[in-house]
Amino acid sequence: MLDSAFELLRKQADGEVSAVEIAGQAIDAIEASQSLHNAYTHVDRDLALATAKAIDEKRAAGKPLGALAGVPVAVKDVLCTADMPTTCSSEMLRGFRPPYDATVVEKLRAADAVIVGKTNMDEFAMGGSTETGAFGATTNPWDTKRTPGGSSGGATAAVAAQTVPLSLGTDTGGSIRQPSAFCGVTGLKPTYGRVSRYGLVAFASSLDQIGPIAWSAKECALLMNTIAGHEPRDSTSLNKDVPDYVAATESNDLRGMRIGVLRESMEAEGVDADVRAAVAHAIGVYAELGAEIIDVDLPHREYWVPTYYVIAPSEASSNLSRYDGAHYGHRSETGTNLEAMYCKSRAEGFGDEVKRRIMIGTYALSEGYADQYYNQALKVRRLIRGDYDAAFSQVDVLLGPVTPTPAFELGAKLDDPIQMYLCDLFTVGANLAGVPAMSLPAGLNEQGLPLGIQLQAPALEEARLLFAASAFQSATDYHTKRPRG
Amino acid sequence: MAELPTKTIIGLEVHVQLRTKTKLFCGCSTKFGGAPNTQVCPVCLGLPGALPVINEQAIELAIRAGLAIDCDIPPMTKWDRKQYFYPDLPKGYQISQFDLPICVDGVLEIEDPADPDATRKIRITRAHLEEDAGKSMHDEAAGSGDSRIDLNRCGTPLLEIVSEPDLRTAEECLAYLTKLKETMVHLGVSDCEMQEGSLRVDANVNLEIDRHGEVIRTPIVEIKNMNSFRNVASALHYEVKRQYAEWEENGWTKETKGKRTFGWDDVKEVTYPQREKEESADYRYFPCPDLLPVRITQERVEEIRQTLGETPGEARQRLQKQYGIKEYDADVIVSQGRAMVEYFDEVATQCGDGKRASSWIQQDVLRTLKEQNADIETFPVGATELGQLLAMVSKGELPNDRARDVFKHILENGGSVENAVSSLGIEAVDESELESLVQSLLDANPKVVEDLQNGNQKAIGPLIGQAKKKNPNADPQTVRQIALRLIEQA
Repeated sequence: MLDSAFELLRKQADGEVSAVEIAGQAIDAIEASQSLHNAYTHVDRDLALATAKAIDEKRAAGKPLGALAGVPVAVKDVLCTADMPTTCSSEMLRGFRPPYDATVVEKLRAADAVIVGKTNMDEFAMGGSTETGAFGATTNPWDTKRTPGGSSGGATAAVAAQTVPLSLGTDTGGSIRQPSAFCGVTGLKPTYGRVSRYGLVAFASSLDQIGPIAWSAKECALLMNTIAGHEPRDSTSLNKDVPDYVAATESNDLRGMRIGVLRESMEAEGVDADVRAAVAHAIGVYAELGAEIIDVDLPHREYWVPTYYVIAPSEASSNLSRYDGAHYGHRSETGTNLEAMYCKSRAEGFGDEVKRRIMIGTYALSEGYADQYYNQALKVRRLIRGDYDAAFSQVDVLLGPVTPTPAFELGAKLDDPIQMYLCDLFTVGANLAGVPAMSLPAGLNEQGLPLGIQLQAPALEEARLLFAASAFQSATDYHTKRPRG
Repeated sequence: MAELPTKTIIGLEVHVQLRTKTKLFCGCSTKFGGAPNTQVCPVCLGLPGALPVINEQAIELAIRAGLAIDCDIPPMTKWDRKQYFYPDLPKGYQISQFDLPICVDGVLEIEDPADPDATRKIRITRAHLEEDAGKSMHDEAAGSGDSRIDLNRCGTPLLEIVSEPDLRTAEECLAYLTKLKETMVHLGVSDCEMQEGSLRVDANVNLEIDRHGEVIRTPIVEIKNMNSFRNVASALHYEVKRQYAEWEENGWTKETKGKRTFGWDDVKEVTYPQREKEESADYRYFPCPDLLPVRITQERVEEIRQTLGETPGEARQRLQKQYGIKEYDADVIVSQGRAMVEYFDEVATQCGDGKRASSWIQQDVLRTLKEQNADIETFPVGATELGQLLAMVSKGELPNDRARDVFKHILENGGSVENAVSSLGIEAVDESELESLVQSLLDANPKVVEDLQNGNQKAIGPLIGQAKKKNPNADPQTVRQIALRLIEQA
């Protein structure tokens, strides 16, 4: 079994293993799993070993080391890296190398992490199954006939397949939490603005956030310590102090914490019985840990998905207009004039799901329709935020399901976008409200597929969220289950 | 048939490039004339993942400009994306301001060209901030069909000032533009160099034709590409005639024909329709999610209002009165902007001679600035130095031509007047020393003496040249006087 990030840090400090050895093992594991899981779009052994060697040398020279020294980390292929391609799993950006690092990547480097590769995703993070990209589907390490979820399916599968202890994903409507649930790992979507988006290739700018994926909440906390914080290059980044998230996970004493159960979500139509049972079981665990259990409701829940599927595609239609073949990325060879070049480059470069969302968004923003769709959605979004405010005036944390079902089979929903969109039923609320939310493992069903639960907290209360998640994990062993592989 | 009584309705949209050091949303330089695509970064190139950050100086300058044209500055302004595809717009959208512009409801009072004693108030609808696009250069002459894109200008801050359709003649438009330009330059808001594209004008024009009491409105035409004030006037004169003829020919009215975009061809001197799609453009404006709305407090507005100071008109009056310079000279100085007025004030006060200060600034300073494409703010010869230098000339301590040498020396090397004087070896020349020098030159040049005696004043030129060669501190005026006296005495 792959060591945890903490164990890797300790072993290096005690001289039991070098960063070069760890990086070599990680790359070996990636290469061994790639044909089965296809979790990565790019791996660079030489680069990883060179980075690791430099860290070993720093350690040997007694120089100060970063908080993630020698820990292998995988990065979702939507985050800019100057030394690796950044493709968003799209034909449009195949081979594209940005001239700069995303802020989170800079921070990983400054923390002496070893970036081993880029992980697969749904094209431009649009999808819930990691099947829509240009590099083929990623499979679920628990059952390779099934999806790992998406869009950060490569990032969660990379952890679940034990190629790396930590990875970075992004979450616009559930893209960290849903695949975390499907892959039996822990994932956190931070508060909007907590982590700088500079260098995150935009899908829906008002919803996108970068977050950590690992087996445990404690390891997510470790990665959060590195990536969180204000940054002037992102105007929406929040200028608030960053607590020590690892320290927040030290205590298990939940007495006095009020946990709000989203009973209506739990009992909603279409929610799998096993998922329901997992949430019910988690409520029991929390009650035993001393938390006060209160039923709460987010009344506008039924409008979440429609609201999300107006706002996100609207912003996406604008954000993706820069991919026109004129300056970088795919350019069609067959265009005979400017307009034809634009049309053909985009027709060839984008996949169906991306085109579908560009069309929905363009329509929703069009003159004569914007008031009915986009502007209306903004109004509903304010109501949804209000629901969260009201709920958090009663409770400290919300508990409910992450997804209606465990991982479904590959291809099952590919031709039915509405079914695919309904996977986001419980996750998009946190994005619309901008609050932090987590997915954590809560058992396996009879087929051996992971089940997840979701925790949500008020804005900037990641520490509370990680504390509640870590307490759950200290009382249960679901996060220690590994797929047979 | 004689033409019917007609009224011309004109509204102007003026883009002024704000005089910020860096672009609207990134740290790239806004300097004009750099090699193509050298003043760019991931943000203004619109690379994936890059994000805009607002330049506070642009907000400051926009508020200054707005206050100067009597606008209200609302407490909140926001950013919107205006979406269209074009190769010089790398993001596929322009960040602009749609429904909440930074300045609203202004007025610009202009002189009435039809009546020297009257003024007209032209209402300003709004002024909003937006980023400029890059430049496309279509190489049609070469026949290759290639287009080249320079993105240096991409992201440069523009303030688009939109007037109400209150203008009635080309002459009024000129008066409006002149006044607007003068105000923007004076406040240091913009250079307003039309050749460099830092002031661009679009005009919306149509006619109201009075046909026996029935008012007919012709379709609105927006004229673009007018790259000088003269072209604006020519294009408007032409367009008025064209619209009348068009109406006579096919009877189109505002109600039957939508707004069209025309260009101005300054070679053929005609307006011509620009290629357009059938349907009108839908820019799909929506709030830019990468930027927060900007809150502008009343205190901030008032603080900026305090720094506005005198208007160009007030400055012109004061300079004439305070320093006794001519209206024309005051005009030249004021038209260079506030910084130049301050420079002049300092020089004139230091040397105690406004006319001398004015003439030096117009001849030496302005010419050098133009040659070097430089700003008065960073000019190596500071107002204090020039003031001291001209004081020396006024007191007769330094001849004018030596003062020019000092000026040139400071221009090239910096430093004080004192340093320049001593490193040029300038010192007062003893009168008797100069007399013996002139005497020796006269002795060596009998032909010159003869010519001078015959009344040929010009003959002294070479003599002065030789004197200066022997002693650079010799003042030409003094040499001339001594020479003439010596000849007379002889």
